[in-house]
Amino acid sequence: MQFNNEKAIYLQIGEYAMDRILLEEWRAEEKIPSVRDLASDLEVNPNTVMRAYDHLQQQEIIYNKRGIGFFASNSAKALILKTRKDHFLNEELTLVFRTMDLLDISIEEVNTYYQNR
Amino acid sequence: MINLKNVCYHYRKGVPILENITTQLQPGHIYGLLGLNGVGKTTLLKNIGGLLFPRKGTIEIDRLQPKQREVEFLSDIYFVTDQAELPDWKIRQFQEVYGALYPKFDAQYFDSLLETFQIDVRKNIKSLSFGQVKKVNIAFGLATNANIILMDEPTNGLDIPSKTQFRKIIAKYVTDERILIISTHQIRDIHHLIDHLLVLNHSKLILDQSINALQDSFYISNNPSDAEGAIYSEKSMHGTLSLIDNLRNEESQFDIEFFFNALSADPSLVNRVKPTKANL
Repeated sequence: MQFNNEKAIYLQIGEYAMDRILLEEWRAEEKIPSVRDLASDLEVNPNTVMRAYDHLQQQEIIYNKRGIGFFASNSAKALILKTRKDHFLNEELTLVFRTMDLLDISIEEVNTYYQNR
Repeated sequence: MINLKNVCYHYRKGVPILENITTQLQPGHIYGLLGLNGVGKTTLLKNIGGLLFPRKGTIEIDRLQPKQREVEFLSDIYFVTDQAELPDWKIRQFQEVYGALYPKFDAQYFDSLLETFQIDVRKNIKSLSFGQVKKVNIAFGLATNANIILMDEPTNGLDIPSKTQFRKIIAKYVTDERILIISTHQIRDIHHLIDHLLVLNHSKLILDQSINALQDSFYISNNPSDAEGAIYSEKSMHGTLSLIDNLRNEESQFDIEFFFNALSADPSLVNRVKPTKANL
């Protein structure tokens, strides 16, 4: 896996896990890779994967069955979609609006592109 | 746990190599031991491994002192040196004779590691290249299943695919009982594996911090507006990278090489590390 240089690695591993769930490579109520296996796959320290899993657990995207491992939760997909949507509306769109202002592009103009896409 | 108390070492009187090194290394972590050439990294590893004895101070590993060289200690530690001096035997013969010294030795695991590294176990060690001997030594070291693994420049001499394999193997090796200490100049080969940094500078241990604590304390920014007033900055193709105090409580990716350069330029920046509840 190629990491970008900006975000902390554990956050990028979290994003990676969320992508797997959205793509249904990891399904609801099924066991996800163990901390050690994922660390080995991604060539990172297992403690970093553990931190990523902790983070996902706090968001209730995954849960821990003691002695068995981590599982994707029933609501994982919905939760991730909501988080991603919030992120798009509140952060990515803000950047788009800023660029529109900067280049003097109207919403109607953008709408034309949107309709013809 | 590896417990070092005021460890001092010199080869020649009046030329200290290690001065008052005190630290506790905990199982479950991969320690990155960094420092410029000649600052004593290999000497420190040799002291921990019982190959050199501290002139002053003590080293204890689960209550055993390396300098006593007891069997219980020696059979649970392996030191992968930069220049391995293995006997001129067939690999299989080497594994059988030396493997017998390690009660937890796993011959099957050794074979699977050699297969991963594409080394034919029937070959004679004498006929192998530098990199191939390195691979045999790494495979042997890990197959001992020792709880303490010391590695001096392990990726030096490895070809590109083997470096990837090496990272995968190491990520799997570290468990709650094991301590790995890796000394290297090729930090980019292993930077995502390390979770705790030890930096030697002029014979002293000037930094002993977890990557988490460093991420809490410092922010590495590529935003041009952060360059002014940065603790340290470097220009690259992608713009300017700046080390700043982490005031936003956000975490950036921690670039160990960049941080090491900053630390070499100004060792006093260790004073900016925020105190944490636990250092691990």
